[in-house]
Amino acid sequence: MSGQVTLAMGAGGKQTAELIDSVFAARFSSPLLTADDAAVLDRPAGRIAMSTDGFIVSPSFFPGGNIGKLSICGTVNDLSCMGARPRYLTCAFVIEEGYPLDDLRLIADAMAATAQEAGVALVAGDTKVAGRGQVDGVFITTTGVGEIVDGAAPAGAKAQPGDAIIVTGDVGRHGCTILLARDDFGIEADVTSDCAPLWSSVEAMLDVTRDVHVIRDATRGGVGTVLYEIASQSNVGISLNAADIPVDPTVGGVCRMLGLEPLYLACEGRLVVIAPKDVAPALVEALRGCPHSQGATIIGEVTAERPGWVVMNTEIGTQTLLPQPTGELLPRIC
Amino acid sequence: MSDTQKQTAADVLASYDGRPLRIMEVCGTHTHEIFRLGIRKLLPPQVDLISGPGCPVCVTPVGFIDEAIWLAEHGVTVTTFGDLVRVPGTKGSLATARANGAHVQVVYSPIDAVAYAKEHPAEQVAFLSVGFETTVPAACLAAEQALQDGVSNFSLLTANKTMPNAYQALKGSADVFLYPGHVHAITGTALCEDLVQQGVSGVLAGFTAKELVTALAVAVRKGGEGEPFFVNAYPRVVKPEGTPAAVALIEKVMEPCDTEWRGLGVIPQSGLRLREAYATVDARKVHGIPHIEGRANPACRCGEVLRGDCKPSDCPVFGKGCTPLHPVGACMVSGEGACSAYYQYGGSLQ
Repeated sequence: MSGQVTLAMGAGGKQTAELIDSVFAARFSSPLLTADDAAVLDRPAGRIAMSTDGFIVSPSFFPGGNIGKLSICGTVNDLSCMGARPRYLTCAFVIEEGYPLDDLRLIADAMAATAQEAGVALVAGDTKVAGRGQVDGVFITTTGVGEIVDGAAPAGAKAQPGDAIIVTGDVGRHGCTILLARDDFGIEADVTSDCAPLWSSVEAMLDVTRDVHVIRDATRGGVGTVLYEIASQSNVGISLNAADIPVDPTVGGVCRMLGLEPLYLACEGRLVVIAPKDVAPALVEALRGCPHSQGATIIGEVTAERPGWVVMNTEIGTQTLLPQPTGELLPRIC
Repeated sequence: MSDTQKQTAADVLASYDGRPLRIMEVCGTHTHEIFRLGIRKLLPPQVDLISGPGCPVCVTPVGFIDEAIWLAEHGVTVTTFGDLVRVPGTKGSLATARANGAHVQVVYSPIDAVAYAKEHPAEQVAFLSVGFETTVPAACLAAEQALQDGVSNFSLLTANKTMPNAYQALKGSADVFLYPGHVHAITGTALCEDLVQQGVSGVLAGFTAKELVTALAVAVRKGGEGEPFFVNAYPRVVKPEGTPAAVALIEKVMEPCDTEWRGLGVIPQSGLRLREAYATVDARKVHGIPHIEGRANPACRCGEVLRGDCKPSDCPVFGKGCTPLHPVGACMVSGEGACSAYYQYGGSLQ
């Protein structure tokens, strides 16, 4: 089948079956994914984590990924941040009438490849078609279940004065990529989204120690927003060294031109990790051995001073506040 | 410049023990960078940094916002830099006008506004032309392009300002001015040299940490000596002759006029308006905007902040009724505004 998605393909009849067969079945095939009404699964050992996330990014294809890859990474990473090995995922599509089937196949390809990399099984799915103009292209919602690694219990309220703050790579790539992909600014630059599944990075850290206090993925609002949230949840101060924050030179250049702060641009493949200072170097080393966190580095520490605030130690040796997040820089980035 | 030399500049600041000095940074981007970098902490107590009137959004008078809202409410699509959208007029802002159904379109350059007009021939499109010598050339190019391409539905609502007479008005406000690097990249340094003859001291400053600290070190050392002086501490960008092509373009399209600055009142011949030859792209003439007397919120002390007469935190509404999300005065709206910078970077830390 080639061509476009039609309303009939969402009506639940023969054409729906054809859509599923020609686009999804082959790509998502797994013994757990059956034609029955629900997936029947083995119960994971111990405690589980569960998360759901909707994806409406525009444009749906961007350098470094597409909405399909993003939809797997988003939920996989949310589970990973709780110290949970992602096990099962479901996905629900809302597709606009007229959407090219070839694009849908590319999206499904990316989902299958990313799920495989993350070691997660796609066990159930749903497809709806909405009339032209009722959605923009394709929207995807994924829901995931993960198995919490014994002894791991990271949480936003657990940062303690003296902890080190690690970021797993350069910041602001995804937001910058989407901004440029929209072509509103007439700026051309070679920037690729950092969109990636991060379970392997988290697993590597948990192999070093289970005593990781906070793990957060810095999606909407970027690293800056996550740090303000942690400062507030843990009632601690955050002290950052401006010179240590990794920013790709091109991303930095775009930000300077547009007056944006890279710490507030979204990432889709970066973690903020807060852990006791003595284990931080070993965590960084372990992270650097994983494919999506080779740029891991320590960017600051948690303090008892100025609880609730993020303080920058500037390149000239002064201290100043990181301005607080003021809301969405860009809509529909994920 | 090496680290050793940067230390030296910081040392000059730290070890200054001369007379009290008031240094005014004229440019909004300087204000922002000085806050972002925490530069005030490098200064000795007797050196005071005052944020001057160099943020185009901040000095735009309430009456101009009212004119823009009048256009928006009379069916004209208003195109503007994003910062202006939330600046309060006498009643409401362009943001509230937009919420009530007016067409307000954020653009990133005046040329984009011309392009928008071309793509929407059924709409009347006006661009809000604010800004100093740095942004005026782009507005002039837009006017030229609209005329050349016969874009008959495009016009400019001008509130552009120029620095020379503003310096005259600000003369007594500071001992040393930190001159705006990019304005003088257009206009050159002759004016700064002339001001020395009138007893006005200044340093032309760039925008990086090193450039700003160096410029301040020069301001402190020379200012402490007491003789009027001028130093170009941004020579990599500012040439004595400026950018003659841009100056010529401005002169071709615009002419000086008296204009109101928020906080400073009307400064003679400190504004720019379109010349008669460009009447067909002059929004005031094309749309017959009536004279509107704007009234600022009386609680707001933006005017005194802009003159350096009070600090943002001295204003009764600062941080309470007036925040970046809910600005009362213009200085809280723009990222370059003194109040916004003071609020966002934590006045208490500075």
